[in-house]
Amino acid sequence: MDIQVEQCNCSELTEEEKLERIAEVIEDYRHREGSLIQILHLAQGIYGYLPIHVQKFIAQRLNIPLSEVYGVVSFYSFFTTSKRGKYVIRVCLGTACYVRGGKKIVERLHEILGLDVGETTPDGKFTLEVMRCIGACSLAPAITINDTVYKQVNPDKLQQIIDLY
Amino acid sequence: MVNLTINNKKISVKEGTTILEAARQNNILIPSLCYLENVHVFGSCRICVVEVEGARNLQASCMVPVKEGMVVRTNTERVRKARKLLYELMLSDHPDNCLSCQRNQNCEFQKLGEIIGISKERFDGEMYMSKVDDSSPSIVRDTSKCILCRRCVTVCNGIQGVGILNAQNRGFRTVIGPPGTLALNTVNCTYCGQCTVVCPVAALQEKDSTQDVWNALSDKDKRVIIQTAPAIRAALGEEFGYEPGTLVTGKMVSALREMGFDDVFDTNFTADLTIIEEGNEFLRRVKNVFSGVPDTLPMITSCSPGWIKYVEHVFPDELDHISTCKSPHMMLGALAKSYYANKIGEDPRNIFVVSVMPCTAKKFEITRQEMINNGCPNVDAVITTRELAKMIKDAGIDFSKLEEDTFDNPLGLSTGAADIFATTGGVMEAALRTVYEVVTGRELPFDKLHVESLAGFEQIKTAEITIRDPVPEYKFLDGFTVKVAVTSGLAGAKKLMNEVAQGASPYHFIEVMGCPGGCISGGGQPRPTNDYIRQKRLEAIYKEDEGKTLRKSHENPFVMALYDEFLKKPLGHKSHELLHTHYVKRGIYNEYLE
Ligand code: SF4
Ligand code: SF4
Ligand code: SF4
Ligand code: FES
Repeated sequence: MDIQVEQCNCSELTEEEKLERIAEVIEDYRHREGSLIQILHLAQGIYGYLPIHVQKFIAQRLNIPLSEVYGVVSFYSFFTTSKRGKYVIRVCLGTACYVRGGKKIVERLHEILGLDVGETTPDGKFTLEVMRCIGACSLAPAITINDTVYKQVNPDKLQQIIDLY
Repeated sequence: MVNLTINNKKISVKEGTTILEAARQNNILIPSLCYLENVHVFGSCRICVVEVEGARNLQASCMVPVKEGMVVRTNTERVRKARKLLYELMLSDHPDNCLSCQRNQNCEFQKLGEIIGISKERFDGEMYMSKVDDSSPSIVRDTSKCILCRRCVTVCNGIQGVGILNAQNRGFRTVIGPPGTLALNTVNCTYCGQCTVVCPVAALQEKDSTQDVWNALSDKDKRVIIQTAPAIRAALGEEFGYEPGTLVTGKMVSALREMGFDDVFDTNFTADLTIIEEGNEFLRRVKNVFSGVPDTLPMITSCSPGWIKYVEHVFPDELDHISTCKSPHMMLGALAKSYYANKIGEDPRNIFVVSVMPCTAKKFEITRQEMINNGCPNVDAVITTRELAKMIKDAGIDFSKLEEDTFDNPLGLSTGAADIFATTGGVMEAALRTVYEVVTGRELPFDKLHVESLAGFEQIKTAEITIRDPVPEYKFLDGFTVKVAVTSGLAGAKKLMNEVAQGASPYHFIEVMGCPGGCISGGGQPRPTNDYIRQKRLEAIYKEDEGKTLRKSHENPFVMALYDEFLKKPLGHKSHELLHTHYVKRGIYNEYLE
């Protein structure tokens, strides 16, 4: 099984450098249509997630209310406001996976990692998320850990998968 | 004109009219919920659906403009069924505790149920978690009652330009509120309360202070003083079934006496006093600027605490422009616990001052640290017009049967100039009536003393007055043209403030009221407040002014006596201590800067 873990080099930047980069993005995009979503998307790429102080920073720079920024962030599920772990485990809950035990997998991961959906382990290693269909229906149930897809996952084998990381 | 048929009735209406408006103009009532005339046309509830011939789906009539030859039916079985279903779905996740709800009998959602005719609940939906945010001294949010009409979003973002309330999350978890889990007191909410006026249900309300007032009234050791703002008398009657625009000054005073208040004073008295202080402050600034002494113009009025909080948050570097005068009811509170307390030999600590205000921001204002003198808060409780009406009902008073009574002196007499404080343009007009006379020795040269271009509901209004033949003290102003501007609603204030911040404001004196139309349509006034009702209240206020013999603040004999006996002179030592204040810089998340 090959596991490649992609690491964004942004995480090596300091807090200030990250905000500086976000400020650059804001300047680049501020006059384009639909810029808020673009900016948030890139900012999440730079910062890793969108905590409230980053949202405030963006709102202030764009001169729009924070309630509008937060409204957009909370509307789209690909934005996240909490820090994610080094490894993001996503469990597919599309119809096929759901029927074939996706829910069981979430429960089992909860037992193993002590995480509810959306949470990150205190050591910052794992984040548990759920997602819609990823197109692996014939081999349901599926999960991904960062960019690696695991198919036909047996809940009893989850511990072994986790141990790989 | 466009011709169409609604329910077999041939009608013709102006182009661009929506089906809903066309129907209403012709006395056909289509039930609606989220729609709010001239304010919020958003189409979120779909209660207003109708059948349009040729269209497959039912149409939301508040969103669809009329077309030539259109055939509309508003009351078919299909329409009525659809409406009922929509209502029942909304009801399924709404708490059914009307009897203990603040909006009981005054709720648009409840009223709609009566119109549609719901007899039992068909669906039993999952309730969305109830979250009550009572963190602010002014506004309480209860998301469990929210029907997601988004009127408050339109008002807070569009009309007020503040942007506290927006849709957060999505689907079943959608809430209308400040960002994330932030409480109202951790954002730059101005507490203007305009959102509470348009909310059709009990999701946005003023914070209740009626119990504090009842407690004070039943405390034998307290002398309880009440004062009413200029705008109350022109609106309170609506809560008791009077036509909008009915002045109920005399009955209101009687009701307050029956409730047991020891003194019934009039905030109008200190509105006159404000004009003397603020007028002199303006002249001081002008004099200084003319003679090269550093001072700041334009001067901007300070009687609207929602506006003050806004400017502290958004333009913290421009606070020198704001007049240092406290708002009139704070002045009255300060005097009640000094000047008046001395007169009657009462310990100020035993005096409890209640203000009846058209305003929710005043509830916040009295909690400010700057509003304490000699260890006593200037004012102890603020209730809105709506809360006063509730208290009168609770006290078992039959309002319409009351006799007329008059305010107590010495803090009860006022001139017409004080009455017009209630409406946009009024403070400026009142100030000009006095300042012009001080500078020229002559009366303001306008018909009925009104500065016509400053009256009415336009967002920004301006006037220019050129000084000729001033009295010797103001010789230096001969030929000088004073430029003034008036705005109401915070979106207008923002425009004028941007000019001020850029140093490009052409004005010398600016009046700002935080609510569109001024206090007559303040955040604490009776619901509904629409264009028609606003206009009626305005007319009532001008009528009250024109009906008085004294129409200029400097003619108020009790104000003059106050200066003789106590304050000595405008802007003097005592005034400075009791009647003036300062402002604080706030960040836009309600943090103190500096
Ligand atoms: S908001 Fe209206 S419908 Fe809802 S509980 Fe209160 S009175 Fe009843
Ligand atoms: S009180 Fe005024 S500023 Fe605050 S949320 Fe309501 S409308 Fe917006
Ligand atoms: S809080 Fe009131 S005005 Fe705002 S969306 Fe909810 S029901 Fe409508
Ligand atoms: S009233 Fe027309 S959609 Fe709500």
